[in-house]
Amino acid sequence: MAKFKAKKQNIAIDMTPMVDLAFLLITFFMLTVKFRAPESLEVHVPSSIADTPLPAQDIMVISVAPDATGKGGRVFFGVDSKHTRLAILEKIQERYGYEFDEQEKRLFSILPEIGVPFSQLKSYLNASEAERKRVDKISSIPIDSTNNELKDWILFARYSNPKIRIAIRADEKTPYPVIAQIIETLKDQKVHRFNLITTLEAQPKS
Amino acid sequence: MAAEVGGDGGAPKKGKKSGKAHKPKKRPRIDMTPMVDLGFLLLTFFVLTTTMSTPNTMPVVVPPKITEKDKDVEPPKISEDKVITLLVSRGKIYYYTGLKKELKATDFSPKTGIRKVLLEQRAEIEANYGKKDEMIVIIKMMEDAQYRDFVDILDEMAVINQKKYALVDITPEDKEIVEEYQKTIEKNP
Repeated sequence: MAKFKAKKQNIAIDMTPMVDLAFLLITFFMLTVKFRAPESLEVHVPSSIADTPLPAQDIMVISVAPDATGKGGRVFFGVDSKHTRLAILEKIQERYGYEFDEQEKRLFSILPEIGVPFSQLKSYLNASEAERKRVDKISSIPIDSTNNELKDWILFARYSNPKIRIAIRADEKTPYPVIAQIIETLKDQKVHRFNLITTLEAQPKS
Repeated sequence: MAAEVGGDGGAPKKGKKSGKAHKPKKRPRIDMTPMVDLGFLLLTFFVLTTTMSTPNTMPVVVPPKITEKDKDVEPPKISEDKVITLLVSRGKIYYYTGLKKELKATDFSPKTGIRKVLLEQRAEIEANYGKKDEMIVIIKMMEDAQYRDFVDILDEMAVINQKKYALVDITPEDKEIVEEYQKTIEKNP
């Protein structure tokens, strides 16, 4: 009897291999993970069966969301690299004659997306973060045929990085005329090949 | 003593030989459970963040604009019975074949919608010509359409593997026949 009682010990499982594995996987995922930059414009993209992944480099993204009236659209513009952003800002200075100081340049180079007219860019860069967030909710790059600044953004971006590809990240509720206007702008720039960003849905079985 | 650090072998004093011969053979055991907890928490986090953020892209090619120097170039002639025109509205598609302006309506539903129409039309054209890939789809987006309809219709082209399609601007004439169609529907539903 006494001998059996002595066996009342806790069973300890050796967790070392499990921990090894877990940390191996953590290391792997930590190294491979690429955090998406927080987007200034909230966009709910439609789903499609297209399964080509979006290239991570040499890409400019034109974001489009419907505006408050639901009739028009708000357009934001972003490029992937800091270097290209700075080159674009140089072009804006040259073309429009605005002067940007070092601090404004630094901020511009880290903002993933811009959605204000060139004329408001300087005050936007000098505003506080909360103020910028507020402006992001209502502002847009003008795309009317009389005042099409998106054309200049695309031109400057392609000038700064000739390899750049174009992607449109539009909200599924955007009215089509806005999209047609953007496609028209691209055609004017002799861009006939571009990508639409979508989320993946299953291919239907036929 | 080593046994006490581990907390594991502290108890068995009575059974085995106790005293000086007690060799510190048992290594101290560290409770790894919290570490494992944390490890798996982080693991879950990274697994979720990596898979969630993979956007895909759909390539689109649009025809170049007709410029001054292309004015004299004759557009290629195509037989009207190969053509189906889709007028895409919000969640709805009006379509007609060839030049006859008999409008029909359908939607994006996967079994009964536009896919079925296109597949049937393609089969008919294939039977008439005895060749594959003869059908030409003309897509005209109406002003009340949303971006989602645009992606959906391009998606349909990809699903049925339709290579020959063109995005064309909508004409006032097309708008008229859609309006007429809507009126007749209202009269006799």
